Amino acid sequence: MFTEFYYFLRRHGLRPSTQEWMGLLEAVHLGLAHESMAGFYELCRCLLVKKESQFDLFDQCFAAYFRGAEAPTRLKDELSEWLKHAKLPRELSAEERAALQALSLDELRQKFLERMEEQKERHDGGSKWIGTGGSSPFGHSGTHPTGIRVGGDSRSKSAMQVAEERRFRGLRSDVTLDTRQLTLALKSLRQLTRGEGPQELSLEDSIAATAKNAGDIELVWRPTRKNTVKLLLLMDVGGSMTVHSRLCDQLFSAAHSLNHFKEFRSYAFHNCPYDDLYDSHHPSESIATLDVLKEVDSSWHLLIVGDAMMNPYELTAPGGAINYYQHNAEAGIVWLQRLRERLPRSAWLNPEPPQAWRMTTSVQIVQKIFPTMFQLSIDGLRDAISSLKKV
Amino acid sequence: MPPVTSLPAFKGTDRYIASAELQGAVNVAVTLGRPLLIRGEPGTGKTLLAKAVAEALQLDLLTWHVKSTAKAQDGLYVYDTVQRLNDSRFGEGDVRDIKRYIKHGPLGQAFARPTRSVVLIDEIDKADPEFPNDLLHELDAMAFDVIETGEQIAAKQRPIVIISSNADKELPDAFLRRCVFHYIAFPDERQMAEIVRVHHPKLEAKVLSQCLVKFYWLRELPEIRKRPSTSELVDWISALVHAGLDPAKLDKELPFLGVLLKKEGDLQTAKHFIAQKRW
Repeated sequence: MFTEFYYFLRRHGLRPSTQEWMGLLEAVHLGLAHESMAGFYELCRCLLVKKESQFDLFDQCFAAYFRGAEAPTRLKDELSEWLKHAKLPRELSAEERAALQALSLDELRQKFLERMEEQKERHDGGSKWIGTGGSSPFGHSGTHPTGIRVGGDSRSKSAMQVAEERRFRGLRSDVTLDTRQLTLALKSLRQLTRGEGPQELSLEDSIAATAKNAGDIELVWRPTRKNTVKLLLLMDVGGSMTVHSRLCDQLFSAAHSLNHFKEFRSYAFHNCPYDDLYDSHHPSESIATLDVLKEVDSSWHLLIVGDAMMNPYELTAPGGAINYYQHNAEAGIVWLQRLRERLPRSAWLNPEPPQAWRMTTSVQIVQKIFPTMFQLSIDGLRDAISSLKKV
Repeated sequence: MPPVTSLPAFKGTDRYIASAELQGAVNVAVTLGRPLLIRGEPGTGKTLLAKAVAEALQLDLLTWHVKSTAKAQDGLYVYDTVQRLNDSRFGEGDVRDIKRYIKHGPLGQAFARPTRSVVLIDEIDKADPEFPNDLLHELDAMAFDVIETGEQIAAKQRPIVIISSNADKELPDAFLRRCVFHYIAFPDERQMAEIVRVHHPKLEAKVLSQCLVKFYWLRELPEIRKRPSTSELVDWISALVHAGLDPAKLDKELPFLGVLLKKEGDLQTAKHFIAQKRW
């Protein structure tokens, strides 16, 4: 039965190695599962799954394998549809909660199945039927001390069905973007050279020199290897970019924490860069775009992050800036061209998917100036960096 | 491989509340003699865990704070060539005895000790991405060779190795395969109440639950970029207690918001929502 579970996991995309599997068998043999299902579940998880992004998948596999697949499929067909449109939960009084406390897991499961039999329609609120926002022990977003939760967010987080609770759904890697991957992608942007800067002791050369010197110590120093890449990061903030703010933060912190570029500067803009750019941390402090351009030269790399989605006149008309007080004497595209000419090693990262670009005039205008537009994703960032290296 | 003599089970300490799952993971790692890898959001007590384990099992704790420049070798031993070169020139001590110039790192010290100890490799993700792979053999065999002297340092008592890593970084697969893994999820309200109790035993239940409601409300605002963590909550409650807070006030405003939110933008967002009474 155990080996079958191993292949079940592998079939569903978890890839525990034989080594890890043997570790699990040893642990079970040593009695670390404490002869309980809960113990076995915890043991499997801590020995077989090494990424929290896979916890959710593991929970589903575990539940499906050890409980039989009927329940989950039924839930999908009959309940999921209307559970999607959840109502907000009502608060329970202490008495109500205490009254509900007493149900045991088996009773619960039994009742759940019975009730599913009886119930034929959608239900929200109330205290008996399976539905949303109520205090029946079944359903989601509800309040019940020992309830079975059917999908949705857990409010009280005391449901006993640990595996089916799917607590780790939010950590799936296909949903969240990984800063390490961003960091690694950015790290490929490097040119290592021994330039000036801090010196390190070259042991081999020192020994050779000392020997030549008849044992009189001769220390030989050499500069450390350094990345010579200089990066300018411009980010669109506010407005339609607010929904992407966490993603942009991750990119920023990846670039910043990397501590890897010879020089790194970042500024913010709204929709399109005009006469002024803003400090990434203090939006009230601005710096003239021309001053920034003076400080950089063609050896710099430029990454612009923005959805490029705006009214076309914000790009084409003088005074088109969305910020009323920022009257721009020159049109946005003039500034974009200026950036592109000054910094040929440049790419645009767009958090919106490419399908959406085609339908937006402003994106197409920007793409004429920045043909190197990529989606802000791990793959897109890699492509952007390889395009930077080609220039 | 050195034997693993049985130890009492870890159940957390007075100051450190460990969830049942975390206790289980610690005990599995100790029994199997494998390193325990702990990941989680900042402020979930990853580093404190090692201290708590050492305290609960009455063992010494050796900490290796990994830095971006750290090399795997540093944790085992460093051969101080420059000192030896210097001594050979100025004739201090016996230069022929290389052993005098071998300095053990935290892992090396743990192996060399006659008694068992707890080794914390803190923030392993800070080092080069290849760093963990360089430690594979040493963590497996719990032994290493000192090339300069030909000596082998093997652990007499297999140390308990706890490794902490930040949630948003990934580690190499070969390394992960050898570890017992636990993810410290952000505590829910019930666990959080217990944790705060440890720090503020005298706090009224009503005030505590009010603080928690506001805290989780803030954390769940999607516009907040740097979400406040446990330590910030504890500090915030300290500030409230210190200022002699009136519980009724919490309904209308959130004083000392700067203790919870460290970004200017987040503060503005929160104030905006509070002004609109959207909670």
